Amino acid sequence: MAQVVVVTSGKGGVGKTTTSASFATGLAQAGHKTVVIDFDVGLRNLDLIMGVERRVVFDFVNVIAKEATLKQALIRDKRVENLYILAASQTRDKDALTEAGVKRVIEELSKDFDYIVCDSPAGIEKGAQLAMHFADQALIVTNPEVSSVRDSDRVLGLLASKTAKAAAGETITEHLVVTRYDPARVAKGEMLAVDDVQEILAIDLLAVIPESTDVLNASNAGSPVIALGEIPAAEAYKDMVARFLGEDKPHRFLEATKKGLMGRLFGG
Amino acid sequence: MALLDFFRQSKPTTAQLAKERLQVIVAHQRAGNTSAPDYLPKLQKDLLRVIRKYVKVGDDAVNIGVERDGELEVLELNITLPSQQ
Ligand SMILES: Nc1ncnc2c1ncn2[C@@H]1O[C@H](COP(=O)(O)OP(=O)(O)OP(=O)(O)O)[C@@H](O)[C@H]1O
Ligand SMILES: [Mg+2]
Repeated sequence: MAQVVVVTSGKGGVGKTTTSASFATGLAQAGHKTVVIDFDVGLRNLDLIMGVERRVVFDFVNVIAKEATLKQALIRDKRVENLYILAASQTRDKDALTEAGVKRVIEELSKDFDYIVCDSPAGIEKGAQLAMHFADQALIVTNPEVSSVRDSDRVLGLLASKTAKAAAGETITEHLVVTRYDPARVAKGEMLAVDDVQEILAIDLLAVIPESTDVLNASNAGSPVIALGEIPAAEAYKDMVARFLGEDKPHRFLEATKKGLMGRLFGG
Repeated sequence: MALLDFFRQSKPTTAQLAKERLQVIVAHQRAGNTSAPDYLPKLQKDLLRVIRKYVKVGDDAVNIGVERDGELEVLELNITLPSQQ
């Protein structure tokens, strides 16, 4: 049986897709057979972040409508073994997804995969609720900013009331992922500190991903951030996956890096 | 609030303000009161009707709002009487 993990946030543009791509890639690199599903029907972009946009023939909606089989729609990642992508439809809208259809696809994938990562659309409406409905665990992606934290709290409310687990009287394991974190601004008192976000939401902190210009470079190139090499955002995502898989890793990149003499002389 | 401000060493940073606001917002959200009570528009209409028994006032004479401060919830009621002719 697979573990179903939803990556969700409420607020848009906080880093769900960026996080889903790196998370799924990291799980696969660790040897777990993983599929990442784009639930953002009508506005797909996981395919771009994963660099497989030219290989999408059939999508999630085709499978739900039984116009294609899962086997036809699953895109195998060429760089990482054990990793598959199920793209969202670009032409249909969110009503093309049904609870029964999603259930059938997830049950079928469950037989074959270790992890099913669901990249949720923004909002708290149908699309987001379907993405979380069959989840065993949730990554709550939050920016250190008032509206994002409030939306995350609403999403926590939905996870605890509107999901299959909730209906069965069970709980979804929730993990906080704070992204776009800027330690220099935190030090100046201009940005919420991760401890404050965690205290307010009162869930387990899984990872802090620093604000980084490398993220745009990764999306330009169609490669998940985690695959970028020894840069802070990639390292932070690697730590996230390791912690998720049970390793005990201290949080890094929480302090502003002090500029050396050269940096101070020449600016930056 | 004002007293608290007085004792604070210096002006709070915006991050501190953000935290304080969020603590209130989240407490309310978790208590299930995400928005103003839905009876407010009806109450406003009823009040207007009662006041009109005694004074001739315009449609916008009654203003109602809810103010929240921590655990405290205050119903604010403003009635504008017509100026003396
Ligand atoms: N750690 C980061 N540092 C800098 N930029 C980032 C970081 N994480 C994400 N971004 C940028 O933020 C934008 C939104 O990211 P992303 O698409 O992952 O968010 P999303 O939550 O999936 O959005 P949507 O709600 O539209 O699906 C992108 O331009 C991305 O490059
Ligand atoms: Mg997205």
